[in-house]
Amino acid sequence: VTSAAVSAPPRSAKAPRGGARLALGAPSLPYLLIAPSLLFLAAFFAVPLVQTIALSVTDGGALSLASYRKMAGDLNFVLSVRNTFALVLAVIPAQIVIALGMAMMLQKVRIARDIVLWIWTIPLAVSDLAAGLAWLAILQDTGYLNSFLYAVGAISEQHAWLSYETQWTLFLGIAVAEIWRATAIVLVILVAGVQLIPKEYGEAAEVFGASPWYRFRRITLPLLKPSLQTALILRTVLAFEVFAVVYALGGRNFPVIVGEAFVWQHENQDYGVAAAYAVLVMAISLAATLLYLRVLRVPREQQP
Amino acid sequence: MIALRRMVFATGVLALCAWVLVPIYLIAIGALGGRAAVYKWPKAFLPTDASLSTLTTFLAVDGIWKSAINSVIAAVLCMVLSIALGAPAGYALARFNFRGQNAYRILILLTRAFPLAILALPLTVTFIRLGLYDRPLGVALIHTALALPFSVLISSSLFVGIPRELEEAAWVFGCSRWEAFRRIVLPLALPGIAATAIFAFVISWNDVFAASVLTVRERTLTAYLLTVLSEAPVHFRLAGGLLLIVPSVAFIFAVRRYLFAMWGIANR
Repeated sequence: VTSAAVSAPPRSAKAPRGGARLALGAPSLPYLLIAPSLLFLAAFFAVPLVQTIALSVTDGGALSLASYRKMAGDLNFVLSVRNTFALVLAVIPAQIVIALGMAMMLQKVRIARDIVLWIWTIPLAVSDLAAGLAWLAILQDTGYLNSFLYAVGAISEQHAWLSYETQWTLFLGIAVAEIWRATAIVLVILVAGVQLIPKEYGEAAEVFGASPWYRFRRITLPLLKPSLQTALILRTVLAFEVFAVVYALGGRNFPVIVGEAFVWQHENQDYGVAAAYAVLVMAISLAATLLYLRVLRVPREQQP
Repeated sequence: MIALRRMVFATGVLALCAWVLVPIYLIAIGALGGRAAVYKWPKAFLPTDASLSTLTTFLAVDGIWKSAINSVIAAVLCMVLSIALGAPAGYALARFNFRGQNAYRILILLTRAFPLAILALPLTVTFIRLGLYDRPLGVALIHTALALPFSVLISSSLFVGIPRELEEAAWVFGCSRWEAFRRIVLPLALPGIAATAIFAFVISWNDVFAASVLTVRERTLTAYLLTVLSEAPVHFRLAGGLLLIVPSVAFIFAVRRYLFAMWGIANR
């Protein structure tokens, strides 16, 4: 739906389309209004984008794939790609399922709905670094998880969850922290989408005896497709950028793509390799976005 | 049967509330318990010996105040810039039909497919040359690139929600376009614009990557915490985490009414 379709109210026959508007303000006005933001995005989106690509494919001014070779030859390269994909594949489906469940539950909540909704959206405001630190309080050696397990008699001494030797639980801890932090944004998008679905559809299906599960699968889910698409694109792009949560919980014990870009830029001062990592993560994000746009395509006539 | 069902449902809702709140509660008592509490084993789950001493010692550490102030400066600049650049564009999208409108909208949506913070990497060199490196303004500029697409889409949906007829009536009574905007549209849009501004503030306050790449001495709070992660004691790190969480949660509380309206329309 374009903004023109939404914003143009039916006009009376007396006022020809655009008549009043043309009288007040030159036709260049909208261009003057969008120009500052366009210039800004050119300077801080388009230019650095081109620069990143240029940095990654040049070496001392000449065209070269040396940075990519260096990146691919690095010990952490395969690990970081594998770890990042594993995190994305574990976190995104869990978040979609949990957020869908929460959105459906919210429709049934009668008492204190606003408070429940507010509590559920709190993590929206929490930065990835802070989320990692909150879960560090729980998962560190003298943390609350070990204290709890000790209190109920499940362990007799402190158990290390986040060490280099316990990659599996470290991965789990990072995934849980990410699910804790970033499910809220999916929830907000889905709740906003659910509000746009006419109640009559579900009511009609109920009259014809459709079960709640059937109604969810055949009515709610298809009509939520645009919202799901938005949520998936936004979350997947951000999930491939995962970095601060990982550092807060595991330090360098769990390499991820953006973390490697940071190390190459900041510590090794090799901007070319950092740019190669950046191009890699951008290519993956773009591919994921195109995939979602294709798989979850919503024909115009089906949009709510 | 129905009573049982209701109980299961209520338990589920409460469990999800606890899932959100418990980690925040635990980082709070961890941060306020001080050095002794962090290494205590096994831990108490109630704030028995909570004191503000960790937080105050934490705040007394060299660099924390400075970095917190840098964070606030960057976030306020980001807030101002993303409204100043985004609101006019949102107004143009909402009120005009112009050639290239769809291309512009697609460009804005396209930025979402890119991990924008990553673009801070090449900017390091440019910023060093321009004297913007290691300054809150430089950080604010890249944060504005993060917040601007949201600001454009959200303010566009805000202006769509204000009936065009009000503005047209003002023209009929002799207001100029600018006067009508200032006296009719702006007061109606102001609460929503304020909410958008707070959103931009939180985006900037929470960013770790761009801020860490673009600063060395004048670090923002997130960048500072990231550098000290490997050497700082645990209670210190927890205090830092709490300091990061509290303001942004308070801000989101302030704009909670707008959250869904924003997303409902800004999505499409």
